[in-house]
Amino acid sequence: MTMDLQIILPVLFPLVGVLVNSFFGRRLGERGSGVFASLMVALSFGASVLLLRQLSAQPHTEGAHGLASQLFPWIQVGTLSVPFGFQVDQLSILLMLIITGVGLLIHIYATGYMHNDERFPRFFVFLNLFISSMLVLVMGDSFLMMFVGWELVGLCSYLLIGFWFSEIKNSEAGRKAFVVNRIGDVAFVLGILLIFTTFGSLSYTEVFKAVEERGAEVAAAVGTITLLLFIGATGKSAQLPLMVWLPDAMAGPTPVSALIHAATMVTAGIYMMARSHVMFELAPTTQTVVGVVGGLTALVAGVIALTQWDIKKVLAYSTVSQLGFMVAACGVGAYTAAVFHLLTHAFFKALLFLGSGSVIHGIEHNPKTATHATGGHGGGHHQGIDPQDMRNMGGLKSRMKITFITYLIGGLALAGVPPLAGFWSKDEILVSASQSNSLVFWLLAVTAVLTAFYTMRQIRLVFFGEPRSREAWHTIESGPQMTIPLVILAVFSVVGGVVINWPFEAILPAHALSHWLEPVLGKLEVAHFDFGMAGIFSLLAIVAMAAAYFMYKRSYNETVKQEPLEKLGPLYALSSNKFYLDDIYRVLVVIPFHGFATVFAQVIDKNGIDAVVNGIGGAVRNASLVLREIQTGFVRSYGLVMLLGVAVLVAWFVFTR
Amino acid sequence: MAIKDLLTVTAPAICAVGGTLLLLLDLAIPRGSKSTTAWAAFAVILLALASVPAQWGVSTSGFAGMVAADGYSLFVDGLLAVIAALTVLLTLRYNEARGIMRGEFYPLMLFALSGMMLMGHATNLIIVFIAVELLSIPLYVLCGFARPRVDSEESALKYFLLGAFASGFLVYGIALIYGAAGTVSLTELTAALSGPKPADSALLYAGVALVLVGLGFKVAAAPFHMWTPDVYEGAPTTVTAFMASATKAAGFAAILRIFLFGLAPLMETWQAPIAVLALLSMIVGNVVALAQTNLKRMLAYSSIAHAGYVLTGVAAGGDAGASAVLFYLASYALTSLAAFAVMIALNSGEADENHSLDTYAGLGRRKPLLAFVLAVSMLSLLGIPPTAGFFGKYFLISAAIGSGLTWLAIALVITSVISAGFYLRVIMTMYMRDGKNEAPIAGNWPRAFAALTATVATLGIGILASPIVELINTGIKSIVR
Repeated sequence: MTMDLQIILPVLFPLVGVLVNSFFGRRLGERGSGVFASLMVALSFGASVLLLRQLSAQPHTEGAHGLASQLFPWIQVGTLSVPFGFQVDQLSILLMLIITGVGLLIHIYATGYMHNDERFPRFFVFLNLFISSMLVLVMGDSFLMMFVGWELVGLCSYLLIGFWFSEIKNSEAGRKAFVVNRIGDVAFVLGILLIFTTFGSLSYTEVFKAVEERGAEVAAAVGTITLLLFIGATGKSAQLPLMVWLPDAMAGPTPVSALIHAATMVTAGIYMMARSHVMFELAPTTQTVVGVVGGLTALVAGVIALTQWDIKKVLAYSTVSQLGFMVAACGVGAYTAAVFHLLTHAFFKALLFLGSGSVIHGIEHNPKTATHATGGHGGGHHQGIDPQDMRNMGGLKSRMKITFITYLIGGLALAGVPPLAGFWSKDEILVSASQSNSLVFWLLAVTAVLTAFYTMRQIRLVFFGEPRSREAWHTIESGPQMTIPLVILAVFSVVGGVVINWPFEAILPAHALSHWLEPVLGKLEVAHFDFGMAGIFSLLAIVAMAAAYFMYKRSYNETVKQEPLEKLGPLYALSSNKFYLDDIYRVLVVIPFHGFATVFAQVIDKNGIDAVVNGIGGAVRNASLVLREIQTGFVRSYGLVMLLGVAVLVAWFVFTR
Repeated sequence: MAIKDLLTVTAPAICAVGGTLLLLLDLAIPRGSKSTTAWAAFAVILLALASVPAQWGVSTSGFAGMVAADGYSLFVDGLLAVIAALTVLLTLRYNEARGIMRGEFYPLMLFALSGMMLMGHATNLIIVFIAVELLSIPLYVLCGFARPRVDSEESALKYFLLGAFASGFLVYGIALIYGAAGTVSLTELTAALSGPKPADSALLYAGVALVLVGLGFKVAAAPFHMWTPDVYEGAPTTVTAFMASATKAAGFAAILRIFLFGLAPLMETWQAPIAVLALLSMIVGNVVALAQTNLKRMLAYSSIAHAGYVLTGVAAGGDAGASAVLFYLASYALTSLAAFAVMIALNSGEADENHSLDTYAGLGRRKPLLAFVLAVSMLSLLGIPPTAGFFGKYFLISAAIGSGLTWLAIALVITSVISAGFYLRVIMTMYMRDGKNEAPIAGNWPRAFAALTATVATLGIGILASPIVELINTGIKSIVR
């Protein structure tokens, strides 16, 4: 097998899945198409593991470019030469493993979850396409290839969001996701264009080399470039002010789509910043902006998560908040910490999302109260209670033992309790932030405490106490198809942090991840483990969790139903209304965008012009006359517009000669 | 008139002569088997296409410098011949089902095609005018071909009235230029304008502006675009397909030759107005398309937007601009032809034509191949890599930035992003919504071949952009100036 083929194999397998399922999906049947799609992702994962082994065998020096494959010269025009090239280095391989690994779990889980959905093969076509596109994004060897992946991922995301919003009448959320993402994309495209005009190349190697060589000379341009790229990242990775689309996209009826967004797509922005860290390091202003935006996003989303009732909305805002941590880490230059948190977060957030799916599934499909015996997921049109509302839960601890234990582990990891995965990566980010930007540090510190609080609030409401609805009372544990992935992810959530980046020089190799990433990210100052800080934050997390546990034990159970946070008054309103971001967007973006198109269509398209022309004519005509004359009226008015154009154009040419 | 002269217009001449002979031949073909005429027309077009590689490499002019045969005109000939050939394949089933399988259809197409090809060869403003008329008059008739359908007749009448209006401006502009510069030959104009400004420069500039209006009308650039949605919507879809892809290419072929090469010395004057026309077309086309629920009408507005994109390349000027424009024309023509092929396939039954977006719901499941063709086409129109449309836009943007029109390049990016709103909606409708439209679609090999060829070309030009660009650049180098 030649090297070239081996490198692109991970991308090719899911593509085969796309082709096979789009043309033969219906003939393969539900089982066949689901298994085939999952198998392709499994093969892709296997191919990534093989590449990882090859990569580890390579000399581990800074500036080594990993494994590269330039399939063919793609564009070779004038000064521009972009090969259709892939590269696998220490950074991209990590992302590849997460994308295909978590992707595989999602596929397996989806074969159970999408059972009996008539659009089953179609769903897997898009899942496979999504995996391929993500891989192109992280494996490309130039900004152009990244852009290819970026756009394709956006397209798949749009299709997947549409997949579930077609069930719901209100597609405004889908439109919002779309518009918001396009805003980010404009900036991203402009950033790439500016890279090309500044450096005359789009390949990572050449651009980064040029940045290092020319340094201060291009600093101003790099400042603008990084800012534009970062705006692109705020769209994809859901940061302020473009964060509004993600919670809606994730709170839809399928945890599958939620996960595909949470674990894979949103990491695109983080990857992009880590990849172009050479440029970001040269732009201190952008760095500050990145750090502060990340910190603010973490805090705002954390505050919103405090008061949500929908089990998945809490997780959705929590995801946005954790992404804020990663972005802030990039902002303070701690790229290793950002990637570290990306990895651990992928484990425990996948666990929590799948766990919430198991809970929802249990409430919806328990044998005593199931409203549709056929399976298939109603979400929006469930007849009984809202299966995602935590007010209807409670007491599931004894009814769903595996789900409960794994969920608790995920929650503790998210809250940053030692020695679970989230603790190590969050600590590294906090230490780095405290050393470089105190504003960012304080934003993150407050968020860390809030995280612990809302996590325990959720666990208490869902699993402890007595059931608060008939459905919750009769809930039983989900099948092995769903619980096995939970157990696997729980193991990773426990040991992931220790194994990946153990900070001490004992027992395990120290700072494995930092050293692994050195060829890509350079020899960064390794954040030293700070016992004081780790201790304080562990303590704070435990105190916050205890507070949440007891507050909700007392004020929210089967007899009293009082949200204790309501006492905060305006602050509670701000949080439960999501800082009014949706409303602000509706006024500032959605309505104008929609209205603009409609009004434009009315005025520029035939009716408006005709009305104007008839108005100018000024004659009082009765309705029938107007209708009869409407045909000639059109041509006349078209001619008039043309004539106006001619007059302006001729005048312009003549007077500016 | 020597044979040597005729050879400079080989492809247009083949089409014109072929069309005339076909008119006579058609008398012998019985009413029921008019598809024979179609295949004969197809053969004529292939012959014209074959003449292109046979002549590749020449760079001469003929008929006392009124026409030229060079790489540029040959590229345009080839592109137009491919489009026309594919269009003929699309007409077979459609025309029969619509009851318009009449013998005149194909000779008219050939005459229009010969006029379009001549646009690329013309190095004299009078020839440009003749070519414009030669392509327009058959198209007026073709638009109204679905008689007695009212919208078809209305389409023809509107196109004719407004087209006549535009032709008036064009010929008046040519007259003014002649009055000011004393010549209508492009090469002589270049020489005359390179020196000191003529005394009557007001006349000259007014003339240039009017020529721009006349040609801007043909390529549907705003604000001379008003006819486009109505005419596109009313005309038989096969004719719309031909107009949208071929007429635009031909119109721009003439605009390029006139402005980028003939009137190059005046670039300072025409650059800004053309840039503004480009901006206006991009905004009007893309924004209004957002509000359309009829695919045919949406594509009409999209074609206005694409005229704007191409005008960006014209405004950029120079060889880079010309190369970007030609590349974009090729990619746009093939891409939009693929889209129209799907529309034609869906409307080749007995029922009335229906292009409402709702009829496309569920197409992804009902007809995966047709849906794939339309999806690729939408992605290419949107400019998503690795389709042809992406590189088309890329080259246009680089050309614009290269000549200092950064603001226009940014406008192009932003309006393209807006256009995602309607292109992706089509994809979404096909794959994500379940359709009620279950009318059977009979297979048809020629049509399927045409659709797939256009799609493969759309993807192929994207993946293997370099050879095409090389070809175009060789063509431009050999241009007769």
